[in-house]
Amino acid sequence: MSDAPSEAHGHDHPKHELSYYAKRIYAIRDLLLEKGVITEKDIQCQIEYQEARSPANGAKLVARAWVDPAFKARLINDPKRACAEMDIDAASINEFVVLENTQKVRHMVVCTLCSCYPRPILGRPPDWYKSLNYRQRAVNDPRGIMREFGLVPSDDVEVRVHDSTADIRYLVLPLRPEGSGGLGEDELAKLVTRDSMIGVTDALPAATLK
Amino acid sequence: MGRAVSSSSGKFKAGDRVRVRTDDRPGHIRTPWYIRGKTGWIERMYGEFLNPESLGHGGDGLPKRILYLVAFNQTDVWGATQAPRDKVLVDIYEHWLDPAA
Repeated sequence: MSDAPSEAHGHDHPKHELSYYAKRIYAIRDLLLEKGVITEKDIQCQIEYQEARSPANGAKLVARAWVDPAFKARLINDPKRACAEMDIDAASINEFVVLENTQKVRHMVVCTLCSCYPRPILGRPPDWYKSLNYRQRAVNDPRGIMREFGLVPSDDVEVRVHDSTADIRYLVLPLRPEGSGGLGEDELAKLVTRDSMIGVTDALPAATLK
Repeated sequence: MGRAVSSSSGKFKAGDRVRVRTDDRPGHIRTPWYIRGKTGWIERMYGEFLNPESLGHGGDGLPKRILYLVAFNQTDVWGATQAPRDKVLVDIYEHWLDPAA
């Protein structure tokens, strides 16, 4: 195998210097294509599928749960069925668990072993979620991390950090912001950030929309 | 929970105190180091899952293992500097758990 990816086989490679792992993945891609294991179209479809999954899915679930108590109960008791109701495909998650924040209990999610994340619901994890810094500190200094995200839970709040080490994927259901009573579901969804569904901070204040 | 098995098929039930084993062996293991040897309690049984310690090396994942949500006081895991109410919760397979007093 040559060091530089060859340029004359039907698709472009990046022109800048590639890292060892980037070279390796391009080489594997080329081999899979040459051997007919996958096609260019398969790769493009998979990229489009990965990009289509985004925190907007989670925000839809949370906003509906805020306005519809019966839906919230279904989301907590049978999350995959609740996803199907909202046309969100959660089938690829082995098991999906929703953690409801209250005034007294606040949840935060990490994967200390790697980067397990509810991708069908939230898309690709942010880089900080995969960083060693977050993975180490989330379990022993969760309040320190929340402070960095602008949140200071009071002493009488119980912080529960979930380390997703196995087949369960966790989504935090953040508290509905104060003063959001008059807002409709679509507007509420704009207040539901990715980070609030990982649990490191709150949903945005209602005044953000003004 | 679609996968929950009956509580009678698990060795532990919610509320039971458990201690995480301190095993160290090569291979794919899903029990983080920081929680080995720590004592907590069963918060919830999730049911049976293919064993990742087998799947991680190309095996069939059988026999399935029972997975629990296990809760620990942060003060028991990291010491007295932690907020007294705070918990860390880890998904742990049954064969990594021993009964604790």
